Amino acid sequence: MGSSLTSNLFVFILAAFLGYEVVRRVSPQLHTPLMSLTNAISAISVVGAITIAGSHRDGVLLISLGAIAVACAMINVVGGFMITDRMLKMFKKRKDK
Amino acid sequence: MVAAAKTTALHAATTWPHTAHWPWYVTLVYMAAAVMFALSLKWLSSHKTARRGVKIGEIGMAAAILATLFLPEVRQYNWIFAGAVIGAAIGVLLAVLTPMTAVPQQTALSHAFGALAAALVGTAEFYGHHAQLTAGSTAAIGLESLLGYLTFTGSLIAAGKLQEVLPTRPISYPLQNPMNLSVLAAAVACGVWMCISPHIVFLYPVFVGLSLLFGVLLIIPIGGGDMPTVIALLNSYAGLSASAMGFVVNNKLLIIAGALEGSSGFILSMIMCQAMNRSFLNVLFGQAANGKSAPADDVYGGKIRTTTAEEVADILASARRVVIVPGYGLAVAQAQHVTGELFELLDSKGVDVQFAIHPVAGRMPGHMNVLLAEADIPYDRLQEMEHINEQFADVDVVIVNGANDVVNPDARDNPGSPIAGMPILNVDKARTVVVIKRSLSPGFAGIANPLFARDNCLMLFADGKKATLDIIQEVKKL
Repeated sequence: MGSSLTSNLFVFILAAFLGYEVVRRVSPQLHTPLMSLTNAISAISVVGAITIAGSHRDGVLLISLGAIAVACAMINVVGGFMITDRMLKMFKKRKDK
Repeated sequence: MVAAAKTTALHAATTWPHTAHWPWYVTLVYMAAAVMFALSLKWLSSHKTARRGVKIGEIGMAAAILATLFLPEVRQYNWIFAGAVIGAAIGVLLAVLTPMTAVPQQTALSHAFGALAAALVGTAEFYGHHAQLTAGSTAAIGLESLLGYLTFTGSLIAAGKLQEVLPTRPISYPLQNPMNLSVLAAAVACGVWMCISPHIVFLYPVFVGLSLLFGVLLIIPIGGGDMPTVIALLNSYAGLSASAMGFVVNNKLLIIAGALEGSSGFILSMIMCQAMNRSFLNVLFGQAANGKSAPADDVYGGKIRTTTAEEVADILASARRVVIVPGYGLAVAQAQHVTGELFELLDSKGVDVQFAIHPVAGRMPGHMNVLLAEADIPYDRLQEMEHINEQFADVDVVIVNGANDVVNPDARDNPGSPIAGMPILNVDKARTVVVIKRSLSPGFAGIANPLFARDNCLMLFADGKKATLDIIQEVKKL
C-alpha cells in the first residue's frame, strides 16, 4: 500500500495539474459541454464497478452493488458523451448567404 | 528495480486483493485511454476540434471498458451485462429527451449517478475485504465513500431545486452552520475510528449515514442564483470521488480521469465565484450579504418609464448596433427560439446584433451559450463580459431579457450595496436600454435595480417570450 499510495498520489497531482492547464484554455462558451464531457470521462469508474460485478468470490449482495454501480456509471458514459455531442453540434458559425 | 516491483506486488497482494497482476495489454490500453481523455479535453478548447474531442473520448472509454472485461478477476458477465444495458438505456433516454433548458438539472443528476457509482464500489470493497483492511486502505475507502455519498445526496437536492420540485429559495434554520460542521466532524471522526479499528463493522453504516446527511445539509441552504457555483463544485466532488475510487482499486486511469474532472469543476467554480465577487465559503455557508440597498420605493418612485412593443420596434428601426442580454428568465420563459427569430430579422435588416453573456447568467456555467446556440445564433455573436463591456457606449439599443442583478449598476457605483464589487454588464452606458421583465420584483440578490429608474431605460412589462414575439411582429409591420 505504501509505495502504491505514493505513486498514485504522484499521478493524481500531475493529472490535476494537467487538467488545470487544459481546462483553463476552454472557451467560456463551451463551459456547459465541458462539464458534461468531464462527467462522461470520469465515468471510467465503470471499470472499477465491472471488477466487482464480475468477481466470483464476493457474495451476491456485493455483486449486485457492483451491478448497480455499473448501471450508474454507464448512464454517464452513454448519456454524458451523447449530450455533449448534441450540444456541440448546435454551435454553428455564421451561415453565408 | 524488478525485485522492488516484485516485493511491492507481493506486499500489495497480501493486503490488497485488487492489485493482482494485470495482463500487459490491459495496462497498455489504460495508458492510451488516459492520453485520449487528456486530448479530448484539450480539443474542447476550440469550436473546430470540439466534436473530435468527444469522439476520441468515446474511443478511449470503449477501449478501456473492453480491456477491463479481459481482466482475470472478471469471471462472470451476467451482472455486468445487466447493469450496463440498464444504465446505457437510461443514459440514451436522458441524453435525447432532456430539453436544453433543463441541462443544469440533468448535469446535477449525472453528478449524482457518478458519485453513487463510486460510493457503491467503496461499500462493496469495504464489506468484501474488511478482514484484510489496513489503516491506509480503510482511509482510501472512507474518502471514496464520504465524497461519493455526500455528492450523491447533494446533487439530488441540487437537481430537485433546479427542477423546482424542491423550493429554490435557501432553506435556513437557527445554528445551521454549527450543525452542518458538527455532522461533518462526526463523519470524519467516525472515519478516523474506522481507520484505527477496521474490524468494527458497525462504524461503516454510521459513517455512510452521516455522509448522506451532510450532502443534504450542505445544499439545502443554497439558493437558485448560486447554483452555477454549486453545480461546478459538485462536478469537482464527483470527479474527486472517482479519483478516490482509483486509489481504492489501485487503478491509475481512474485517478487521472477523476483528477481531470476534479480540477475542471474546481476551475469553473472559481470562475463563478469571481463573477459574483464572492468567496467559496460565502457561497457554501450562505452568509447574508453585508451592506444596505435603498428600498425599492425610493429607487423607483415615479421614475419608471414603461414602453410597448410598438415603441421598441420604432427604436429598433433606427438602430445600427443592438446588444441582447439574456438571463435565467429567458430560459424559464423558453424564449431562446423567438430570440433567435428576432436576431434573424434584425440581422436581415442590416443591424449589427450581439449577445452579451455574463458568466453567471443562467443556472450553470455556459448555459446561456448553449440555449442561444440551440436557437441557431452563430457563436461569433456570443460575447464575453470583458469584451462587450468596452463597447456599450457605441450601442444604440440594449435589450435585457430575464436578467437583473448582472446589469445592476449599484454593483459598480455604490460601495455600500450588498453586491458591491460584482462585475456587471455596463448596459446603462448604451443609448437606450429596454428591460423585458414581468414586474419590478427583485432578482436573486433581493435588491432594487437603479438601472430601471434611469432616463435611458424603458421597461416592457411582459413574459420574455410573448414580449419578444410582439416586438418581432411590430418590426415586421414597419
